[in-house]
Amino acid sequence: MSYPNELKYTKTHEWIKEEGDSLLIGLTDYAQKELGDIVFINLPTEGDAVTAGSSFADVESVKAVSEVMSPVSGKVTEANEALADAPEAINEHPYEAWIIRVGEITETEELMNAQEYEEFLKEA
Amino acid sequence: MEKKTPLYDLHIKLGGKIVPFAGYLLPVQYQTGVIAEHNAVRTACGLFDVSHMGEIEFEGPDALALLQEVLVNDMAGMELGRVRYSPICNEHGGIVDDLVCCRMDENRYLLVVNAANKDKDYRWFVEHRHGDVSVTDLSDGFAQLALQGPKAKEILSKLSKEDQLPVKYYTLNQNVAVAGIPCLVSRTGYTGELGYELYCKPDQAVELAEALLEAGRDEGLIPCGLGARDTLRLEAGMPLYGHEMTDDVSPLEAGLSFFVKMDKPSFIGKEALIAAGEPKRTRIGLVVTDRGIAREHCAVYLDGEQIGETTSGTMAPYLGKAIAMALVDASRVDPEGEYEVDVRGRRLKCRWTELPFYKRSK
Repeated sequence: MSYPNELKYTKTHEWIKEEGDSLLIGLTDYAQKELGDIVFINLPTEGDAVTAGSSFADVESVKAVSEVMSPVSGKVTEANEALADAPEAINEHPYEAWIIRVGEITETEELMNAQEYEEFLKEA
Repeated sequence: MEKKTPLYDLHIKLGGKIVPFAGYLLPVQYQTGVIAEHNAVRTACGLFDVSHMGEIEFEGPDALALLQEVLVNDMAGMELGRVRYSPICNEHGGIVDDLVCCRMDENRYLLVVNAANKDKDYRWFVEHRHGDVSVTDLSDGFAQLALQGPKAKEILSKLSKEDQLPVKYYTLNQNVAVAGIPCLVSRTGYTGELGYELYCKPDQAVELAEALLEAGRDEGLIPCGLGARDTLRLEAGMPLYGHEMTDDVSPLEAGLSFFVKMDKPSFIGKEALIAAGEPKRTRIGLVVTDRGIAREHCAVYLDGEQIGETTSGTMAPYLGKAIAMALVDASRVDPEGEYEVDVRGRRLKCRWTELPFYKRSK
């Protein structure tokens, strides 16, 4: 499993990519493997508020439903609509298949770097 | 503490993702994933470890009499080597469990029951035992493998004499040598495909599984986990205990009236079923037409009014649709009606569909 160095990570297995004053949120390689074949994603819509520590989307694999959590508070400026038709992209390319872009960020939880996240996975 | 089946180490070696299930540690899937495993069974073949299933033997001159009392189906007139399905009812007409009954010998029957209900079933049988019949839990003496899919016969024929394999659906042969290992082989399964279930001694299970996987490699045989077992049975419209069947649901409500022989002189639950009259609820199939997946316990609405709830639901891998089974008010069912299911606060549109969702082409 791979964890790119340029990304930040959460304990709930999201990755975060900072781009200027907004950021992208997706699911890590570990998360997609744990979930198994992803067959559905329930996306928020542009303009929805997200809150640090709260869920903003549901992903469903064949067997289970899982929530995707936001480590930041802010506004959804973009949702990756392509995932609605092809949610399996999260399994295939977890670091390309971003789920939402968040802007107007007011609060950020503590994040891990790649090394810390790998350590975290080993301990878990 | 969960038990391991005889194949536990092999599951690990094959990359199985292990979960606790009905008191056993079993693979929910392998690296291939539920969708690939499911579709392998529909198009080629899959191998499942179902050693967690319970095996209970009735033996003695009064074995048939006990079967007739505790099972709602009629076991009279079963030839040797026949297999029959039956629910077990409680006195209130609810379902204790469902099982397959194998006629092994003149006065000997083997009942294959759900792992989660094994101890409950055993106690139930012992409690209702009368006359000259012994009830024995033989579960620890069996490993069970399910070889399921259109290529199952071809694969199994490589390892055994073809004329020893059971030909008809719901029949079995004892003492079939499969890769030299003595097995009981039945033409049964829980996937909606042609297939076999093989029972052998626990200490020979790994050798049997490895021989099957090797023999089936060119035919596309892969090991499959509990995840695919569940999606396959759901797609095939087969009820599962704890979902479509509970101690509060009668077999008539669960859509199993074919297996309830009301013309038998007596069986446990018969009076309650008569007293209940026409079933008030019925099991239906729904296809979700909006985006989303209904799982179990979602409220089902017809023309805006709640008429019941889902009992199982999934994204059906082979059909590529979200499907669900539901237990609903029998008087309200309307094949043309506008159905909705509530999924975490969202109402998803559905349409009624005939069960099973999937039927293999013969």
